[in-house]
Amino acid sequence: MAQPPFDATTETQAASARRAAGDGAAILAEGLEKSFGKVRALDGIDLRVAPATVFGLLGPNGAGKTTAVRILTTLLQPDAGRAEVAGYDVIRDAEALRAAIGLAGQFAAVDEVLTGRENLELVGRLYHLPGEEVRRCIDDLLERFELTAAAHRTVKTYSGGMRRRLDLGASLVGRPEVLFLDEPTTGLDPRSRLGLWDVIKELVSEGTTVLLTTQYLEEADVLADRIAVIDGGRIIAEGTSDELKAHVGGELLEFRVADRDQIPVAAGELVALGSPQIDNATGRAALPAGEDGSTLLLEVVRRLDTAGVKITDLALRRPTLDDVFLALTGHAAEGQSEEEAELAGVGAARDGHGGEQT
Amino acid sequence: MSATAVTTRRPAAPRRARSYVVSDTLAMTWRNLLKYRRVPTLLVFSTIQPVMFVLLFAFVFGGAIVIPGVDYKNYLMPGIFVQTVVFGASQTGVALAEDLTRGMIDRFRSLPMARSAVLGGRTIGDSVRNLFVVLLMTAVGYAIGFRFQNGFANAVLAILITVAFGFAFSWISANIGLRIRDVESAQAASFIWIFPLVFASSAFVPIATMPGWLQPIAKVNPITITVNAVRSLTLGQLPAPVAKFVGLQGSTFTHVWQALAWIAGLLLVFVPLAIRGYRRAV
Repeated sequence: MAQPPFDATTETQAASARRAAGDGAAILAEGLEKSFGKVRALDGIDLRVAPATVFGLLGPNGAGKTTAVRILTTLLQPDAGRAEVAGYDVIRDAEALRAAIGLAGQFAAVDEVLTGRENLELVGRLYHLPGEEVRRCIDDLLERFELTAAAHRTVKTYSGGMRRRLDLGASLVGRPEVLFLDEPTTGLDPRSRLGLWDVIKELVSEGTTVLLTTQYLEEADVLADRIAVIDGGRIIAEGTSDELKAHVGGELLEFRVADRDQIPVAAGELVALGSPQIDNATGRAALPAGEDGSTLLLEVVRRLDTAGVKITDLALRRPTLDDVFLALTGHAAEGQSEEEAELAGVGAARDGHGGEQT
Repeated sequence: MSATAVTTRRPAAPRRARSYVVSDTLAMTWRNLLKYRRVPTLLVFSTIQPVMFVLLFAFVFGGAIVIPGVDYKNYLMPGIFVQTVVFGASQTGVALAEDLTRGMIDRFRSLPMARSAVLGGRTIGDSVRNLFVVLLMTAVGYAIGFRFQNGFANAVLAILITVAFGFAFSWISANIGLRIRDVESAQAASFIWIFPLVFASSAFVPIATMPGWLQPIAKVNPITITVNAVRSLTLGQLPAPVAKFVGLQGSTFTHVWQALAWIAGLLLVFVPLAIRGYRRAV
């Protein structure tokens, strides 16, 4: 068979020049846009990730996280905008880019019929790495992800967590410069989750750049040097974990106003203590508690008791993604699942432009 | 963050992924074939169906199908060979749909591998599986009285044409799998077009026995053309009226040439289409 024109990308002069003159960002995106039919998955995204750092893309389902990752890993082409990973343009230098990245998507993309080790060997062969080097790397990965004992069993016999770990191992076989992890800890038990966090920290200390998407503020908090909050295909906030938390104001004091008729009274009492958010339908109230939650708690109880407002379900808790979202957007963190959006758009994409490689 | 930070860049694309097309395709073929070694029942079941067709036609319908001057078992087996590879080829699309839904294709697309290797490894792997099943069917044929009548070289050529035809059909099937993207639908969809194609052909009965309106369709059916080429290579010299009745008038060379032309034509159309489908399968 003659070699068909699968990929017309060429290592252009411009690309080498850009890398030479590169400003050092491991991931760079400018004005990325992508629509699936009528669904606007990305509505102009800018990213800038410094080398050897962890960047967290935080957002609910359907926010555009996966679409962004798919564009940055050359699986999709943007409708507009440009992006570079490890100095390679996602469209023009797609082939070279792929040799520099690792991707663990939302599915555990491992072959059930192969053993754990064979899965990693297959990926190693497809990265075209020297056999001896790959073997050592694979031994190391199996060890790291606690799969050594199961290495010679077919993946069919693996638990969900083991598959997920093997999948992550596969994304590391090529010793990537930039690692993309799309919701890496979804479906992992707490212990495996902690284990993965350790691996990510270790990789970063060795110089790997990691972009991870997550729905969990805690995860982004623990791992990410910088976090971008994404909603409706747009980045609505970016900064360190501390900067984002400042939006929410640390801990949250939550309670429910038992009698909804008393909501206005409660609101009036609370205004002096901060900016309360009270849901008129449920009577659910939240108040940023800052650094000293217990003092605020006492103050709230005292004031509302004096005013004769009855409250229930009183609690102090750490902010969640929902709180960040409420603080940033005024709406809760929920939306159409991204896959649904993509599927809905596939028909249109296939008829029209599609994600064709040039 | 700082403008002075410099990452260690790799040398610019040391070798183009395309230069790894052979080794990548082999790696993917290995991966796809391992399935049959690990799950032998898969191979058993893909063999049982053609065996049942042999038994069904040789012993149930065979008595009713009389072809003067030809032993029906010798007539039947080339049809069985081609039917076997065509049914086998339908699995190409099913397997690709499975890889798509499980995220395997995403992983492969994110690797610096030759992109043709995913489809190449799949279609070649399925052709190797087809070759195995055809050899097995030959053994089954010999057990019930089928014989290659034109010597070893013609027998080998007959099997090669059969497998090559299956390879071409694998690419059609790949298009279906990549576009339907759902395992069960791909399975059902392949049945819809393969079944009438196989039965409206000379695979099991001479076209001369079909109703007048069906004959022109059956005659140009690529399955007929291929089955005729295989028969021409396996049936030995037939008396002119018999050859006319079973559609084998003309030289073996002509039949083989026509079959090869169909195989080439199918590949020319469906390989590029499948590649397009693969690129767009996001």
